[in-house]
Amino acid sequence: MLALIPLLPFAGFVANATLGRRLPKSVSGGLASLVMLASFVISVISVVQIAGRPVEARVIQEVLYTWIASGDLKIDVTFRVDTLSAVMILVVTGIGSLIHIYSTAYMHDESDSEFARYFSYLNLFASFMLVLVLGANFPLMFVGWEGVGLCSYLLIGFWFKKKSANDAGKKAFIVNRIGDYAFILGMLALFAKFGTLDFQEIASAVATLPSEMTFGVLSITTLLLFIGATGKSAQIPLYTWLPDAMEGPTPVSALIHAATMVTAGVYMIGRNAVLFEHAPQTMMIVAVIGAATALMAGTIGLVQNDIKRVLAYSTVSQLGYMFLAMGVGAFGAGIFHLYTHAFFKALLFLGSGAVIHALHGEQDIRNMGGLKNELPITFWTFVIGAVAIAGIPPLAGFFSKDEILFETFAEGHQILWVVGAITALLTATYMFRLVFLTFWGERRHDAPAVADAHGHVGPVLSDRPDAHGHHGGHLHDAPPAMALALIVLAIGSVAAGWIGIPGNNVLAEWLHPAFEAPRAAAAVAGEPAAAAEPAAAAGEAAGESHEALEFTLMAVSTAIAVAGIWFAYFVWVKRRSIAENAAREFAPVHRLLLNKYYVDEIYDAAIVQPIRVASQDGLWRGFDVKIIDGAVNGAGTIVNSSATLLRRLQTGSVKTYAGSVFVGAVAILAYYLWL
Amino acid sequence: MIPLSHYLILSATLFAIGAAGVFLRKNLITILLSVEIMLNAVNLTFVAFGRFAGDLDGQIITFFVMTVAAAEAAVGLALVIALFRHRESLNPDAFTSLKW
Repeated sequence: MLALIPLLPFAGFVANATLGRRLPKSVSGGLASLVMLASFVISVISVVQIAGRPVEARVIQEVLYTWIASGDLKIDVTFRVDTLSAVMILVVTGIGSLIHIYSTAYMHDESDSEFARYFSYLNLFASFMLVLVLGANFPLMFVGWEGVGLCSYLLIGFWFKKKSANDAGKKAFIVNRIGDYAFILGMLALFAKFGTLDFQEIASAVATLPSEMTFGVLSITTLLLFIGATGKSAQIPLYTWLPDAMEGPTPVSALIHAATMVTAGVYMIGRNAVLFEHAPQTMMIVAVIGAATALMAGTIGLVQNDIKRVLAYSTVSQLGYMFLAMGVGAFGAGIFHLYTHAFFKALLFLGSGAVIHALHGEQDIRNMGGLKNELPITFWTFVIGAVAIAGIPPLAGFFSKDEILFETFAEGHQILWVVGAITALLTATYMFRLVFLTFWGERRHDAPAVADAHGHVGPVLSDRPDAHGHHGGHLHDAPPAMALALIVLAIGSVAAGWIGIPGNNVLAEWLHPAFEAPRAAAAVAGEPAAAAEPAAAAGEAAGESHEALEFTLMAVSTAIAVAGIWFAYFVWVKRRSIAENAAREFAPVHRLLLNKYYVDEIYDAAIVQPIRVASQDGLWRGFDVKIIDGAVNGAGTIVNSSATLLRRLQTGSVKTYAGSVFVGAVAILAYYLWL
Repeated sequence: MIPLSHYLILSATLFAIGAAGVFLRKNLITILLSVEIMLNAVNLTFVAFGRFAGDLDGQIITFFVMTVAAAEAAVGLALVIALFRHRESLNPDAFTSLKW
């Protein structure tokens, strides 16, 4: 039954990849959406099944077959639904289905074969993502991990005739390889240490160990895994691929680069919560990297002009929040934010897709404005998404973000809390800058037509290859399939947070067992479990003041969000001149942000160019041409010249042959007679 | 009685003369004649050994050698005539077309 969850989308992939070219769009798109919906239904059934059980038995496991058995290494293909992966499969299949449905309208301009290719990739992605979250051991997770990376590459470069899309795809793939390399090393280290790669078995084994206070094996292992997560989940220092990934079709950005794939790193840490908890050094690094990424991406998002790039930086920033939560040990809060973020970020991306669709490929917000009345459905759903991400109660983003900030503060990381709060302000500001510039005011055509001094920042990153800048005329709001997805996601963005309301945090309770070692191990450990009892009692007493703190912080973050929105309104609606003046006044800062802190350029100069030079001049022209080719050519030359010498022996004259026979005969005789 | 060593020395001398003729003469027919001298030098050795060993083996082999030498002379002379028709020359140095 569990195996069907990833297998159904896989079947959709096979069907669309083989027969898709001959099928009309309604069939190929419909089939793809249908398998996702079926997969969603099965996921719901599985989750209902485990929800009906007592807390400690909320796991369904299905061993399909033994994949690898070699010496001590035994890896089964095992799918496991516990409370954590339950949340993930619902998000992946649920939001995945909506995005499939949305895509049937969004991609309708493509030819039949391209349309089928798109849906086969999308199905394949869903299948791998489900393997990733359902896999019960590291190698199986890694299969999904690599598979989604592949699909990400294929979908970013979907319009492969466009060079920028190809480059972006390659960049995503290569940057991810760096992280994946560390991930594999982490897996090997785990196997070397524990002799198993099953998540539960590792958790049980780790639970019996003391927390590692110095920087030892566990810290190195978890750090390697975290480097893998920084690649997949776009954190410093490997985040640069995500903004470029916006070259792909917008629904892809929504599904892969906002809602699901990029959260795989967060999920992986949640999956190994026990392991990470035993490496406080790594946890601190995770928290700091998360907070730094959140802040950095937030500042960049403030000045970008491409509607999808703003959302991309917003995604990086929100992922930073999730890692901050993971790093301070608030695994539940991190997964909560992952789950709410999936709703509102998918909604925002799909909304931006609807805008781009209506404007025939225009993506530069300087050329937008005044769309409020022309695209009412898009406008309202987009605003709901923006309010949700900004953190206004009672929408989804408020509860999750607030919980992260509260937990950060409560765990005693005040500086990180301040960073998080500033990021919240930035989030509200850049999101509403986007809303106001896109939907308020009059339609503008401000953007420079060609690349300006900012290089690749200025020009419009056209989403569609057939985009023509023909503006004017009546704009069409989202067609029904797109509107459906937008409305459902908008409802989700409003209501998704209500399962994690402080004081009655259903989700946190639900997730709790997933972040602990399995019961049996805790019983073996004995000591720590007993020690936890008085701690819980003490927590009860502290609860009173905690609650007061939580509500204070809630008020603060709400105030921050409102302030951010008001600030955006004031600057980009009331007094447009302020923004322009500020940009002129602080030109260096503005340029720095517009160019994304020149990180791409620094990486290019520090890493890409040296490797390029070393490869071209060292490995290619030096080693390959001189040494490898030299050895091959040298062997040829030696044979040739020695042959030139030897062929002088073959004179063709009978007398020399007879002479040499005679000399040889005499030599042999002499040998036997005298030697 | 003439000792064996005299026969052998004579035979070695004849053989050396024949070999020198094969290597030094520039006429194919002379070379063939020199080969015959070498063969007969060997025949002499066989006969001499046979006589001193007191059996007939040496003489039997000599008959074989003479038969082969007759055949060789027939084939060799035929080849020489064919070559002469081809090149108008009997100098072995003229026939080097098997060179690389």
